[in-house]
Amino acid sequence: MGTVVANDLDVVALEDNPLKIGPFELNSRLIVGSGRYENATMMRQALDLSGSDCITVAIRRERLHDAYGDNLLDHIDSDQTILLPNTAGCYSAKDAVRVAHLGREILRALGNPGADWVKLECLGDSRTLLPDPISTLEATQQLVADGFHVLCYTTDDPVTARRLKQAGAAAVMPAGSPIGSGQGILNPNNIRIILEYLKNEDPEYPVIVDAGIGTASDVAQAMELGADGVLLNTAIAHARKPLVMATAMRHATLAGRQAFLAGRIPKRLYAAASSPLEGVIATHPFPRNETK
Amino acid sequence: MIVQVNEQAVETTTGITILDLLKQLGITTRHIAVEVNLNIVPFADHGDTILHDGDQLEVVTLVGGG
Repeated sequence: MGTVVANDLDVVALEDNPLKIGPFELNSRLIVGSGRYENATMMRQALDLSGSDCITVAIRRERLHDAYGDNLLDHIDSDQTILLPNTAGCYSAKDAVRVAHLGREILRALGNPGADWVKLECLGDSRTLLPDPISTLEATQQLVADGFHVLCYTTDDPVTARRLKQAGAAAVMPAGSPIGSGQGILNPNNIRIILEYLKNEDPEYPVIVDAGIGTASDVAQAMELGADGVLLNTAIAHARKPLVMATAMRHATLAGRQAFLAGRIPKRLYAAASSPLEGVIATHPFPRNETK
Repeated sequence: MIVQVNEQAVETTTGITILDLLKQLGITTRHIAVEVNLNIVPFADHGDTILHDGDQLEVVTLVGGG
């Protein structure tokens, strides 16, 4: 990282490292969900256009006597994609651990490397879908003991985030705002504090903003704050034009990341002229008062 | 005999294996995981695992999710 490379005559970008989470390396810093699409074709095209090489999936009971005509995996190239199974919908550590093991079994049979990790979701409230910090911590400890690389969905509370890292989470994934709400990042200062605490003396530790993304600027904001990646689903799946939004999200991830690497200018209260003052033709109706 | 599959009672033949029960239920995809009485039975063992009356099975698959 840090080498300036010219991709072509016009584009100069900072060469970036892959996103590392435990033993996994992802080329894209955007992780996308496979839920809530109008149909499987739309999902597949959107996932492709997002540029993501990691896709989250959920584990659910198979229907009896009315088995799905086609399986999700008929529409995802599981040889080219790392699947990230989640424990979505679980309200206790016990259920989440159980579902994680079931997901591992399916992915092992597939030979997908995603068998070794899990996106842990332990919910505490069905209206806000906010996580229960206590059961999230319990499940993290158990799953780490069971050999999983655990990616923890959590709130934007820095203290909880630090606890999850201490418990051995492979990545901490604070929510920008409630799942599916599209409110973006409600408390960027908390995300900033989480990044500072978790990356202190451990700059490679992955922090991923998960949930609440509404549009491309939310993704760019997360990346500009210094998040290592963004995980989203509904913002693409329920956009009026999901394929266009998938492309926008890919660009926003790259733009936000490059802006972070480039190092933004500090915000200042007063203006700083872009054109030189020397030689300017101007009479001042009031005493000059330039910022030092 | 009767076994419970995903909390539904299913009437089946005594001594049936997991593999044959899945066929009976019309579940043909390989992309499933099966628990019997809360213990996961690996895919490779489905053909050899004999079920007993009252066994509780969970059969799960992957679906779209975030």
